Amino acid sequence: MATQAIPGLYALARRLTDQSPEDLVQECLLRAYRAYGELADDAAGPAWLRRILVNAFRDRLRKEMRSVEEVSVEDVDEFSLYRTLAEEDPFPYSDTLHLDFLRAFGREDVRAVLLRLPVRYRAPLVLRYMEGFSTKEIARLLDEPLGTVLAQLHRGRKRFERELWDYANESGLLAKGAGR
Amino acid sequence: MTPDEPLIPCSEAVERLWEYLDRTLSAEDQARVEQHLAFCRRCCGELEFARELRAFLATAAADEIPPDVRERLQGFVRELGG
Repeated sequence: MATQAIPGLYALARRLTDQSPEDLVQECLLRAYRAYGELADDAAGPAWLRRILVNAFRDRLRKEMRSVEEVSVEDVDEFSLYRTLAEEDPFPYSDTLHLDFLRAFGREDVRAVLLRLPVRYRAPLVLRYMEGFSTKEIARLLDEPLGTVLAQLHRGRKRFERELWDYANESGLLAKGAGR
Repeated sequence: MTPDEPLIPCSEAVERLWEYLDRTLSAEDQARVEQHLAFCRRCCGELEFARELRAFLATAAADEIPPDVRERLQGFVRELGG
């Protein structure tokens, strides 16, 4: 079970952190080995392992999540990627501008954008929209009140949109897309 | 909310689109956003883009692992006795 779960665990660890994701998976596997007796049903194993990994991540980054830089909420909240794309029109020959913008990103680009987010925003975003955890479960996993998680998701989405735009500009994705 | 209640402004509707799609709004706020979307074409574009962004994030979640990392982690599992 653990062997089969390794690719998924590693992918999740890489989305959560760029600080030794392999070590995080090892920590998860070690915790799982010690707690294996608590797993009643092997079919629940993959989800159980993902929760253990998130717990290990949370424990590792408790300090970082508290001391992370504060973002200017006003600046972030005013940004709309949808409107910015319509106004800036980076692909003037495109009939599907917004979709083409997203299609310009490869998986490693998306990871790079996620890693630009402060961890307090990145973690809920990854767990909700990439891993499919419910907001209540994320609150339990990160040991945060539900209201805090909902606020972090809200700001995280805004910040993600802003970082997508900035990354596309800085990395030359827009120039590549415009040339198609 | 009542049928006579005025529509919420675009800024408020857009602010809540992801929560609307997540269904984490209260029933009343869900209805307010829905009512706004029924009348506002621009916000429907924003809603569609929010849907696309969610799908974009979900599909970016591939389980890829370099062979050497996989081998090391599998070795670790073997050492643990798995």
